[in-house]
Amino acid sequence: MSMDTRPTAGPGRPWEFPAVHHATLANGLRVSVAPMHRLPMVTVLALVDAGATRDEPGHEGVALLTASALTEGTARLDGASLTDQCERLGASIDTGADWDSCITHVAVTPDRLEPAMALLGEVLVSPGFRGRDVERLKEERLADLLQQRVEPRGLAAEQFREFLYVDGSRYRVSAGGSPTTVRGLTPDLVHAFHAAHVVPSRMRIVLAGDVTPERAVALVERTLGSWRGSDAASGAPPATVDDRTVAGGRRVRVVHKADAPQSELRIGHRGLPRRHPDFFDVVVMNALLGGLFSSRINLNLREAHAYTYGANSMFDWRCGAGPFVVSTAVKTEVTDAAVREILLEIDRMRHETVGVDELSLATAYLDGVFPIRYETTTAVAQAIATAATYGLPDDYYTTYREHVRGVTAASVRRAAEQHLHPEELLVLAVGDREAIRAPLEALGIGPLDVVVPDDESTEGG
Amino acid sequence: MRIPVDSYRLPNGLLVTLSEDHSAPIVAVNLWYHVGSANEREGRTGFAHLFEHMLFQGSAHVGANEHFELVQRAGGTLNGSTWLDRTNYFETVPSNHLATALWLEADRMGALLPAMTQEKLDTQRDVVKNERRWSVDNQPYGTWWERLPALCFPPEHPFHHSLIGSMEHLSEASLEDIAEFFRTWYTPDNAVLTIAGDFDPAEARALVTQYFGPIPRGTARPALPSFEVAPSFGGARRAVFEDAVVLPRLFLAFRSPVFGSDGYYAASVCGAILGMRRGSRLYRALVREQEIAQEVSAFTYDLSKGSDLLVIDAMARPGVTLERLEAAVGAEVDRLHREGVTADEHTRALALIETDLISALQSAGERADKLSQFATYFGDAALLNDQIDHYRAVTVEQVTAFARAHLGAANRASLVYVPRAARADAAAGPAEVRA
Repeated sequence: MSMDTRPTAGPGRPWEFPAVHHATLANGLRVSVAPMHRLPMVTVLALVDAGATRDEPGHEGVALLTASALTEGTARLDGASLTDQCERLGASIDTGADWDSCITHVAVTPDRLEPAMALLGEVLVSPGFRGRDVERLKEERLADLLQQRVEPRGLAAEQFREFLYVDGSRYRVSAGGSPTTVRGLTPDLVHAFHAAHVVPSRMRIVLAGDVTPERAVALVERTLGSWRGSDAASGAPPATVDDRTVAGGRRVRVVHKADAPQSELRIGHRGLPRRHPDFFDVVVMNALLGGLFSSRINLNLREAHAYTYGANSMFDWRCGAGPFVVSTAVKTEVTDAAVREILLEIDRMRHETVGVDELSLATAYLDGVFPIRYETTTAVAQAIATAATYGLPDDYYTTYREHVRGVTAASVRRAAEQHLHPEELLVLAVGDREAIRAPLEALGIGPLDVVVPDDESTEGG
Repeated sequence: MRIPVDSYRLPNGLLVTLSEDHSAPIVAVNLWYHVGSANEREGRTGFAHLFEHMLFQGSAHVGANEHFELVQRAGGTLNGSTWLDRTNYFETVPSNHLATALWLEADRMGALLPAMTQEKLDTQRDVVKNERRWSVDNQPYGTWWERLPALCFPPEHPFHHSLIGSMEHLSEASLEDIAEFFRTWYTPDNAVLTIAGDFDPAEARALVTQYFGPIPRGTARPALPSFEVAPSFGGARRAVFEDAVVLPRLFLAFRSPVFGSDGYYAASVCGAILGMRRGSRLYRALVREQEIAQEVSAFTYDLSKGSDLLVIDAMARPGVTLERLEAAVGAEVDRLHREGVTADEHTRALALIETDLISALQSAGERADKLSQFATYFGDAALLNDQIDHYRAVTVEQVTAFARAHLGAANRASLVYVPRAARADAAAGPAEVRA
């Protein structure tokens, strides 16, 4: 009988995001330390505001190539020796660049932190950028791009960027660059990008884990305290990005993939920049629309209609306006029906105020899941890096849950009305044109064209 | 560094493990059922995984979409997964919601069948078919998941057939199959429950007794076909497939000692030396020096019965033929087989493995999952705490002996993919199979 009574929850135990200690070295380098002593592990991130939006026109991909090339050796050590020294500490130095930042990452046990920091410092200050390594990384990137052309998700991402953003927008080309631009990159351009952006005054070292602020700052001081970098680079203004999207209302594009058993769908429009005053309202609204498993779009497409294994919506938050996009893969025969349901759900979000019960599904989730998100040293370090990249307030993580709880049904409705734009939706389907073109046309959404990736031609429209 | 482990058994056979950690107000609940695709009967490939989907469709006291909703509303994360020899279900919730998580798991262990309907089965069947299209049929190289075990285990072996299942077999699954599978395998004496994180032990024990105690133990579980196979393939095997891909890719598998055995740790260190991260032999030789591979790595399946598999996964660079890629991988494996490993390589591999083990223990969900793994396979969750010692005890000589015994030409199975010939109507079957 005891199963008949549903358990109720007592009050939750309070939890605070780990306290963050900040310091600035004489050379302008900033240090953020979040002590977490539960397990013997420390995550170190080196963050620079040198993401893909810093790429010069024609050199798209140089930020990511520079980030990748950092781990291929230093002036003193070739790539194999650097990797070996690092991995013998149980650590890997990994680098990456997204739209807005370049991040170098190392996780190591605290007893090996000192030598790991020394290697990290060497990587940042005196990278090797040997010609052969840069050329190899270029070839690997080109091969990735080649493979993306035959992988439906990669193809959909590439095609949706080109469908959405205006010619000339950095967001139109993938963060890693296009085949044309990557072919044009050289070791000299990589050297120049590093010299222009990787300087102490624009870098922040984040340490999270089993380390005291005193030890952390002293280690950074010893490793990077005497580093200068170029004065010109220190004065660089913040990056700007042309985030304009193509005007002209709803359009439909079929990207042909012969005999595809599924259609990969991307439906969306221009989203919002990260530092938007409606951020929390939009996050909650999107969670209800398509962010959660129990969201409207997923329950409709997966659990009610079984069109798909899963469907979601997201705002891709960047310094500029990244896309708002609904993503799913549906059985070929139901492509048009799935598109229709997604458009209906977007409309419904704008025209019906959510009930208290539905609202609390998202707010209770985002509120409750907050401590679960920050269990690991790497998650905490990355959160600190994100706040720094987007200039979020110092109390961002300590007030996050209050902000979520402050979202109301009315503010969700307002967010949907103001930030979902049914009349601007672009509908992209990667699938078999013979099977899906006519049904999509019959929906009457807007002009339809067909792209055949192999020959780059566009027909219809 | 030791994870606290307190294990006990309920009278109905459920093996329970409690592992306290109060550093954050969250708790993980994790169940492993000792049933996977290996337990499927003839003509029902994919059923164990389809069944896993059905466990999220409600139970006697839980509505159709309520399982996900109640956990998410509590601020929790959740999922489940099916493997060859086990199925797990897990959630991490704020610690004041522990009772809800346990109640949900107990209700579907004790009273799933009243909630099962033909409509739910038909829906999840279509969802799973879409999962198959998404992860296998419409993905470059997507079929490797089912082709590699098929190549490495004989047709009558429980690991031979497809985990995701064929469309035909998925279509044939019935509500009677659901009832039979549930009654046979989803019983407390064929499951382990782990609770890790912030909880009061007395309260947790009381909740476990209250919710799981009344569930009756299972009756007879049928014997499965033998998992035993020879420790070596006893000859080279090779299967070549054409696929809609642009780069050739090689999966080179070796039979190796089962997960948790003494030989497993040497195999695992050997795999790390061969293909873990950029300092590994294969990465260094094929990606960095010869520039003929786009990516290369090695991993073990971690199978606990019959035989494990150590697998090398290598993708060619554009312009590099399959033959050249295979020859280069083969040369490195031959050298390792012939000459063994060095002390430096051994040091590097152990350091990386150790860091990864500690990193994985940071999250309550991963701690719980690993405790359940050892509880399921060996009846002792506390074995998790011996893992670092097991790895540290592996000597250079033992790794060399493993390479000597297991990496020879007679213990290699190659699954290779090549770009489909320009003709779109090329045969879908294997271009060549040699066994």
